[in-house]
Amino acid sequence: MELTKEEQKALNGEMGETLQTAYRILLATGEATNAEKLIPIKWAHLSGVNYNTIGDSGEEFLRELSKDARVEVKATVNPMGIDFDHISEFEHIDDEFIKKQASIRDSYIRMGVEPTFSCTPYDIFDLPEKNTQVSFAESNAAIFANSLGGLKTNKESAFSALASAITGKSPYSDLRKDDITIPMTIRMKMDNPNELDFGMLGFFAGKVGDTSVNISGVSQPNRRSCKALCGGMGTSGTCAKFQFIDDTEGDKSEKIDFGKEEMNEVYDELNTAEKGDLITLGSPQLGLEEISDLSKMLHGKSFQKRCMIFCSRAVQEQARNLNYTNEIERAGGEILSDCCTCLTPLIDTNETDAVTTNSIKGAYYLKNSTGVDVNLKPLSKIIEDETK
Amino acid sequence: MSKVIVNGKAEGIVLKTINPINFLGAVDKKTGMIHDKKYDIFEKSIKDTVLVFPHGVGSSVGAYTIYSLKSHQSAPLAMICQKADLAVASGCALANIPMIIVSPEKFNSIQDGEEIKINTNSPNIIN
Repeated sequence: MELTKEEQKALNGEMGETLQTAYRILLATGEATNAEKLIPIKWAHLSGVNYNTIGDSGEEFLRELSKDARVEVKATVNPMGIDFDHISEFEHIDDEFIKKQASIRDSYIRMGVEPTFSCTPYDIFDLPEKNTQVSFAESNAAIFANSLGGLKTNKESAFSALASAITGKSPYSDLRKDDITIPMTIRMKMDNPNELDFGMLGFFAGKVGDTSVNISGVSQPNRRSCKALCGGMGTSGTCAKFQFIDDTEGDKSEKIDFGKEEMNEVYDELNTAEKGDLITLGSPQLGLEEISDLSKMLHGKSFQKRCMIFCSRAVQEQARNLNYTNEIERAGGEILSDCCTCLTPLIDTNETDAVTTNSIKGAYYLKNSTGVDVNLKPLSKIIEDETK
Repeated sequence: MSKVIVNGKAEGIVLKTINPINFLGAVDKKTGMIHDKKYDIFEKSIKDTVLVFPHGVGSSVGAYTIYSLKSHQSAPLAMICQKADLAVASGCALANIPMIIVSPEKFNSIQDGEEIKINTNSPNIIN
């Protein structure tokens, strides 16, 4: 990759340690994606905010970095591990976790990020004009941006997005170019898929696809299903973009069917329990439309067990103003912000053996990181089975 | 042809897996132990090895796992992949772990347990 004189100077450390670190990361990621140069980006979305995932060394790194580093472009951040407004209700969370999580939050704020603490930045902000170059690290958000938002991003890593935020630049990799050819088409063979089916389709596509895939046989999925598709795809592989096509198009690409058999395979991998001790909704965090739907679905009903509902702080505020939250809270739903099903310590594993969710992404991390069993059901079935 | 992603020198014993690695999900960030049963290197430690694997998968936060391993002196000495992904590339860049990409033929020729020398500044990167 070619650097400009200015960029080379920064890499050599002539403009300070922070920029040197940032350019070292950009150089490695540029080489890794065969980019020929760096280009300006308008918006960086950062991952690596949850103390549960980045640990003590991550907390220390950010504390040191934030003494000097400031973001050069608009920067938003992923969820933390906990919701500080409700932390007193979760007695099993120790003080050390709260202290370290607060330090990470403060480091990011010191660097000048917008404190969104959300994996769904596309639900909070109007998206910039088509073809705008951005750097999104959260995989569901990167896939959403490339596939449905008309934006262009690599499937960035926590460090590459952070380096982009600090420099305002990112490698000009294939995914950022207009003329990429998509080598594979997944043919959806399931009729009337719900959001759980879309999550499984995404998980499957992420496993078999490389950088991008076509998806045929799907007509106008709703936003919940689109988000489930992005979340599932981002969890299982390296795929960073999909494109819905008609069956007749894309004849030259390799074709792979996603039917009953393929779906059952994903289901059997992630569904390990007949029922859950509690329910979680939101990974990705719910948007305003989904909160509105949920409040209608819960009309006159009550949850028979604990139900944690994750949405961003911004969406929660909008939902409160529109009174969508009344019905949900009356039904016993707990609305939590700044965190999400994935990798939250709010789920107490001493008291929870299994969790019911409609999220494939959530299921993967509940099983592999939190260490609980998972009972997968679409939202409609959760409401039917778990409320009275 | 080998391609250098992160410069450096290393010498050690190869730990090779055919499984793409999800650093966030499958690797203990303090000890370097693989704790996911689905991996052929389950219950082995990647600490002080030359880690040879197809590529990284999964969360973008896997880069922090690599940095954490280095901070706990539990990181691999070097990494060799067939395909680069940004989490592994950026994690190695920050942690100063030499990383190279090799052709499928070269990848297949590297044996688990063999001793290997890497020097990204030499014409023969791998010896």
